[in-house]
Amino acid sequence: MTVILTQAFTGVSIGAVLLLIALGLSLTFGQMGVINMAHGEFIMAGAYTVYMLQGPIHSAGFSLLVALPVAFAVAGAMGVLLEWLLIRRLYTRPLDTLLVTWGVSLMLQQLARDLFGAPNVHTEAPDWLSGRVTLIGGDDPLTLAHARLFILGLALAAVVALTLTLRLTPLGRRIRAVVQHRDLAEASGIPTARVDRVTFLIGSGLAGLAGVALTLVGPIGPTMGTNVIIDAFLVVVVGGIGQLKGAVIAAFALGVLQSVLEYSTTVSVARVVVLVAIVAFLQWRPQGIHTVRTRSLA
Amino acid sequence: MTAYLLKRRTTLAGYALAAPLLFAVAPAAMSDFRLEQLARYLCFAIVAVGISLAWGRGGMLVLGQGLFFGLGGYAMAMHMKLADAGAGNLPDFMLLYGSTDELPWWWEPFRSPAVALAAVVLLPMALAAAIGYAVFRRRVRGAYFAILSQALAAAFAILLIGQQATTGGTNGLTNFGGFFGFSLHDPVNRRMVYFIIAGTLLALMLLTRQLFLSRYGELLVAVRDSEERVRFLGYDPALVKLGAYTLSAGMAGLAGALFVPAVGIISPALVGIVPSIQFVIGAAIGGRASVAGAVLGAVAVAWAQTTLSEEFPAGWTYFQGGLFVVVVAFLPGGLASLWHLATRRRRSRAGETGRVVAAA
Repeated sequence: MTVILTQAFTGVSIGAVLLLIALGLSLTFGQMGVINMAHGEFIMAGAYTVYMLQGPIHSAGFSLLVALPVAFAVAGAMGVLLEWLLIRRLYTRPLDTLLVTWGVSLMLQQLARDLFGAPNVHTEAPDWLSGRVTLIGGDDPLTLAHARLFILGLALAAVVALTLTLRLTPLGRRIRAVVQHRDLAEASGIPTARVDRVTFLIGSGLAGLAGVALTLVGPIGPTMGTNVIIDAFLVVVVGGIGQLKGAVIAAFALGVLQSVLEYSTTVSVARVVVLVAIVAFLQWRPQGIHTVRTRSLA
Repeated sequence: MTAYLLKRRTTLAGYALAAPLLFAVAPAAMSDFRLEQLARYLCFAIVAVGISLAWGRGGMLVLGQGLFFGLGGYAMAMHMKLADAGAGNLPDFMLLYGSTDELPWWWEPFRSPAVALAAVVLLPMALAAAIGYAVFRRRVRGAYFAILSQALAAAFAILLIGQQATTGGTNGLTNFGGFFGFSLHDPVNRRMVYFIIAGTLLALMLLTRQLFLSRYGELLVAVRDSEERVRFLGYDPALVKLGAYTLSAGMAGLAGALFVPAVGIISPALVGIVPSIQFVIGAAIGGRASVAGAVLGAVAVAWAQTTLSEEFPAGWTYFQGGLFVVVVAFLPGGLASLWHLATRRRRSRAGETGRVVAAA
């Protein structure tokens, strides 16, 4: 029994990481249709923000909390710059956007190598995140790491905040209007170019938040973006575009699947099986879990 | 019509020039070391031919060619390892890791040279056909297809690293003694390998060019430009795309197989995401829709990578990334489209209205 619960919780915490790294993408890719391969490097920028802030701020806990808004701002600024320089010229050519942003990601990785060195760097985890909560005691205990709970909380908070922003604020209304019908939104007086930029800012900023969270569970290095970007895209592809709901379900489903398979086989076999499962799933629902009905032929 | 003939004549002239360059001038003028490097670049160029077919003409952004390159490479490497070990013996690396006493069942067929040679092309093609059939039939395309193909390459690399006892893990398979009975320590035999690679490349280029000119080539471009319209005309776009994707996988597999005797190694670092995108970068910079453009781009990028990255490792990455960004964003046809632009301008100045094949 405990084994199942442990696996389930490991799955949920893998899912929370997946959700955080994919949330920004589900906004930029899912809503705007922009394939930003440099998203992984925005995550990296968030992680290095924590590393940089631990120099001047000695308390590991305080620096982590400060890093959250700072990383959002840093990654968001990078996103806006990228959107303004390149992506806005390529809105009609999605595949070329993919390649262009991949070139940008190459350069950002090299920049990280030049600034921080090629080896991974380490950050201190705060004391209040290093312990574990014991849910079931006894011979076969079920314990949950504080860091994992923190990531889960952060992921859920980000989803709620993003949903509320999209549903309730004037900005969210404008974003949804542009996504649903760009021409009509423009005719109604919505400055679509500016809305695009703000959407991209939020999406990239969320990548920064994910980077902060990743410092708690993995190494920080120039290639960390490449390691997560594929998983992030797969979550969005499985989740289906246009709604956050699909991404949330997909992240947790893939997380649990991965953890269960890792338990019964090895990490590498589990990854391959998950991929095959995704291809099989797309046979059944090519548009992902959550589909938006349109009259397009695709 | 005259424009078509003119274009045809310049292309033939190009091949007539390339053949003696590859077969006579390069082997005579280059040292053994440089020639082996050229052989390596030409292997990448073979992959680029397939990319120009699937992506340039078919519109399928194949970001996972490393998967097929690796399948071909490992199939060939497994045969060469077994041939080196001799009948009944285990390959040296398996003894080194000491985790298996007997040969895994899936190694066994590769003892036979005929099976290995067939597997080099058929294995990637069969896998591509299976993936392609599943994916294209459900009309998964565009970015979805690109991400899926990239994920498959990543999974393959992870699988290889994870199964160290039977695949050599991160180190891959290396230290080969012979190639179908010919010793690879003999420089003459290594030159032979170069000639085989150059011959394969030229043959595949001509074949692909002929395919572009055929009715199938026209249909493929039509599917790229408007899949729905082709469907309404009564064709099945999924089958059209499947053909191009499968062929490009076969070419990548062949390239991987030739890479092994030429360079002497195949490892997960050659099949994952990064090499897969490197393949596409060369084709994109040179010109995705033209065979010659993709090939020249692949060779130039690989050459520049080796030469420039030795001297300026950091600067090279910025330059490559920057060039790639600028070419894809502002010159989608690649550098080959500069040629088309120039000829079109000359022709329009002469008052002639020739049909110019646009490099999309």
